[in-house]
Amino acid sequence: MKRLLNIQPGLLGKVLLGALPFLLTLIFYVWVSDARLSVNPNDKLMPAFSSFVHAIHTLAFEPSVRTGEYLFWADTLASLKRLFTGVGIAALAGMILGLVNGAIPIVRANLSPYITVLSLIPPMAILPILFIVFGLDELSKVMLIVIGITPFIIRDLQARTLELPHEQLIKAQTLGASTWQVMLRVLLPQILPRLIEGIRLSLGPAWLFLIAAEAIAAQDGLGYRIFLVRRYLSMDIILPYVVWITLLAFTTDWILRKLSVRAFPWFHAQSRGH
Amino acid sequence: MSFIEVNNVWKHYGDNVVLERVNTNVNKGEFITIVGTSGCGKTTFLNMLLGTESPTRGTILMDGTPIPAEPDADRGIVFQKYSVFPHLTALQNVILAREFEGARVLGKLFGKSRQLAKQQAQEMLSLVGLEHAQTKYPHELSGGMQQRLAIAQALMKQPKVLLLDEPFGALDPGIRADMHQLILDIWQKTGVTIFMITHDLKEGFYLGTRLWVFDKLRHDSQAPNAYGATITFDIPVGHTERSTLNEIDAALSQQTALA
Repeated sequence: MKRLLNIQPGLLGKVLLGALPFLLTLIFYVWVSDARLSVNPNDKLMPAFSSFVHAIHTLAFEPSVRTGEYLFWADTLASLKRLFTGVGIAALAGMILGLVNGAIPIVRANLSPYITVLSLIPPMAILPILFIVFGLDELSKVMLIVIGITPFIIRDLQARTLELPHEQLIKAQTLGASTWQVMLRVLLPQILPRLIEGIRLSLGPAWLFLIAAEAIAAQDGLGYRIFLVRRYLSMDIILPYVVWITLLAFTTDWILRKLSVRAFPWFHAQSRGH
Repeated sequence: MSFIEVNNVWKHYGDNVVLERVNTNVNKGEFITIVGTSGCGKTTFLNMLLGTESPTRGTILMDGTPIPAEPDADRGIVFQKYSVFPHLTALQNVILAREFEGARVLGKLFGKSRQLAKQQAQEMLSLVGLEHAQTKYPHELSGGMQQRLAIAQALMKQPKVLLLDEPFGALDPGIRADMHQLILDIWQKTGVTIFMITHDLKEGFYLGTRLWVFDKLRHDSQAPNAYGATITFDIPVGHTERSTLNEIDAALSQQTALA
């Protein structure tokens, strides 16, 4: 018998082992839900799957009586728009500042301590300020995401830029490169795949900030809906929404990973080697 | 006037004296190999030629003017590692020098000028024997091929001086012999002045026109950093007696044993 740490699961084994926790959770839910519903058919805490289907069918495929919108899709669109706008702005700002900070010592000396301090401010603590300054509509929600994740991306990319071998900078200079050219042709292309890694890590916090902002002040959005129907204990809507948000987050992450592998083959070959 | 003049160069880091009283002259087209124990200051000396470090005292002149305190296109470099850009293919790595020159803002050439640069880069790649690896990324090349690429890349700027910092130190012996042939060919074809650090004394004797040994002349066992190293042997290669080689070898291995 081999040692446990030397036993590798086969492909089928991997799939089965990976699926098992999902399956167990599902079975456990159905079992407990059935037990509760058999005692009290009006139990709202753990609805049956038929209730989920019914609730989501109403929200996704029947126009709202009040507004005529398909709420599920309107919520999804509103949330994704805020999320991607916020993450996009943060990524762009983070990339530029991270690159400049990493590349130019006097800028780093100037900005790096400031950004480090800014990154330690809990973004949720300044949410009221954002509402006061930017109003209660879209801008303040996007700003919360931007303020929440930009400092992290800047610091991450600054570190990634500084990690690149110093030999490369010297080599580029011996080939006649100016500061600008070193940044544009040597540093920037090499931190792009690292930026994607940084965005993937930031997506969790970005969702957190989005849902928090929507919960407090919004007229639509996935977070808004969850917190709205909470008042009626509508677990039949909350649980499918949570699953849907998880699925959206997973898909975004998966697309970014695939994109990075496709666009930067040299990077992934390198990191495999390490 | 010599091409490169080194006048009484000292280098300290605080109390730590790395180099002292280095005096030498180098003519255009010489091929100098440098040996010495680790920590003897040979890399520091190379960095001063490169411009990433400056002498504490004394001057290093090239064509009569002091070497600037930052690297530039006059002096090409090949390191033992990390000399090529991992995100560019072999061809792009070599074209890069032309793009830095011809596209100050975009850093990229287009159209006719790109075609011309590409052609030059392809010629350079075939000079180092990489004509079949144009589209490959560095991670797809062997260690020897990566060093060939680094040399081709450096030669695109036609530097006056080519600095090689243990360029073949990480390669297998068979590959090393090929690389020796390559670097000798290039030296003969281009007439570039070469400084090459090596820790292989035989390599030092086989390549080039001159061998330098960096070593400390004075020792203080109470304060090992009080005295710096200097050039203790400056031997024209090819006129060397067996006994001199043995003497240097003995001196170096004794140093290594002490360290």
